[in-house]
Amino acid sequence: MLTGLSAFEIAAKVRAKEVSCVEVAQAFIDRVGELDGQYGAFLRLAPETTLEQAAAVQERVERGEAGPLAGVPIALKDNISTLGIETTCASKILEGYVPPFNATVVEQILAADGVVLGKTNLDEFAMGASTETSAYQLTKNPWDVTRSPGGSSGGSAAAVAAELAPVALGSDTGGSIRQPASLCGIVGFKPTYGRTSRYGLIAFGSSLDQIGPLARNVEDAALLASVTSGKDPRDGTSLPNPPIDISALKTRSLRGMKIAVPDEMFGDATSPEVQAVIEAAMKTLEQEGVLFTRVSIPSIKLGVTTYYIIAPAEASSNLGRFDGIRYGLRAEGKGHIDLVEKTRSAGFGKEVKTRIMIGTYALSAGYYDAYYVRAQQVRAIMQHEFAQVYQDYDFVLSPTSPITAFKIGELNQDPLALKLLDYCTIPANMGGMPGISINAGFAGGLPVGLQLLAAPLEDESVLQAAYAMEKALPGASGRPPMP
Amino acid sequence: MSLPLLSDHAAYSRREIKEAQVHLTPMAITLEEVRHVAKLARLDLDEGEIVYFQSELNALIGHFSDIQKVDVAGIVPTSHAVAMQNVWAEDIAEEGLPRVTALRNAALHRAGLFVVPQIIED
Repeated sequence: MLTGLSAFEIAAKVRAKEVSCVEVAQAFIDRVGELDGQYGAFLRLAPETTLEQAAAVQERVERGEAGPLAGVPIALKDNISTLGIETTCASKILEGYVPPFNATVVEQILAADGVVLGKTNLDEFAMGASTETSAYQLTKNPWDVTRSPGGSSGGSAAAVAAELAPVALGSDTGGSIRQPASLCGIVGFKPTYGRTSRYGLIAFGSSLDQIGPLARNVEDAALLASVTSGKDPRDGTSLPNPPIDISALKTRSLRGMKIAVPDEMFGDATSPEVQAVIEAAMKTLEQEGVLFTRVSIPSIKLGVTTYYIIAPAEASSNLGRFDGIRYGLRAEGKGHIDLVEKTRSAGFGKEVKTRIMIGTYALSAGYYDAYYVRAQQVRAIMQHEFAQVYQDYDFVLSPTSPITAFKIGELNQDPLALKLLDYCTIPANMGGMPGISINAGFAGGLPVGLQLLAAPLEDESVLQAAYAMEKALPGASGRPPMP
Repeated sequence: MSLPLLSDHAAYSRREIKEAQVHLTPMAITLEEVRHVAKLARLDLDEGEIVYFQSELNALIGHFSDIQKVDVAGIVPTSHAVAMQNVWAEDIAEEGLPRVTALRNAALHRAGLFVVPQIIED
């Protein structure tokens, strides 16, 4: 079946003219129409645009000019701006908003002859870890539809796991690509901060946000990462380095690889079943020649607090732009300020309001030094501690999430329960490090993700290592129960 | 511990409000402070929401105490994920969005302009 193929396989078949781009696009449109009622992964498709783009790519295929993503349909998290396709961030405040431009990553995908399939569900403004704060719908985990796919890129993760799209883009501010990838049994990669342009990504925490791929194997994730990276003059924080080079993806051996395993990412806070799967995977990798060393990185314990000050502080500023005047929802009000307040109160959901309130509080007079400045100091400590570790080790390994997929509704009542689970993924955002989650095995029929972190700009290395590990752990991959 | 009276607010379930109350110790942020922060954040909250956010904020702030114990003497705060110096762009004029495109997403526009409520008194 076409829809079960990897992105690499689709592009190869398209270039070999075994199948046309339009056939591929139609197959995915049909599958989403048939099955997404069960999963709720997509907020919307844009079939006319998709088929138009597919037809245009086919013309280039006929001329022998097709790019690396030839005819590959790509699902995009709905906080990535798409010209002419509604983009809501799963928020009521942006209902009906149609961006007048494409995000840089979308232009890069189109230039590589990929095709935009549709927009996927997320936690409202990417604030959450279960996709439950979406103002529109719940997304279900393809491995068990009573469970959450994780979040905030839960729609992208569920779409890829359920073969509704071969690959997808998500965004990662504190783990929002890696954690849903882990809970859905797929690969999720957050590049080094600045490696991928944020232009057109509707901002949440600007010093932490990074766009990255979700895929069913490392090779596909690397392909999409290579296409969507590189310097972008429209994003001042994008790095001058060339796009991620995947030509040596398959060349790295596990033998002699030095990996640090921080005590702070195991132990009490990690569920025994997740720990067991990760330890079994480590044993296999050890037999392949990986050298594991237990280390201590004390600041990991402070990551959650640091994150829940810095990210909301940046969000409270970024979300100031939603004022009802230039785009999105506009409520009636007596005078300008009343209109702005009523618009924001009607348009934002409760998790978004909570984070705006926390961020505003942390930045307000009298609390700025105690919270915001101190969090930025702890962030500096964390960066320093990780830099020390990378002097002696190639990578840091941990579980991605301390638990497997949880039941929908199970963790969304307590303001802290879900937030405390981000401690393995947050450091990558704090330190700008590349991080990848690959499936390590299963516990109780649910996938368990393994996370690999590297020093900033080691994107190529971390992808190479993940590729080698994926090959060394053949029992770790699987397909959820579905048609 | 006496809790403030809850107004009946349809947006949040009784269970959530009840669970939130559990986190009310210690009472670090007052209702007055919540109102002040809401004003700064340009959020129009009713009394039920003020109470809700007080407990929510207190739960989170309570958790934040762990970084207060860290010795940060001499640590220069960083606001960056990756060290970066000033980034300069060539000063080249480029086309902006056409006016008609820029206005397309506005709920109200007239004569090529965004419509805002009257700001200056007659």
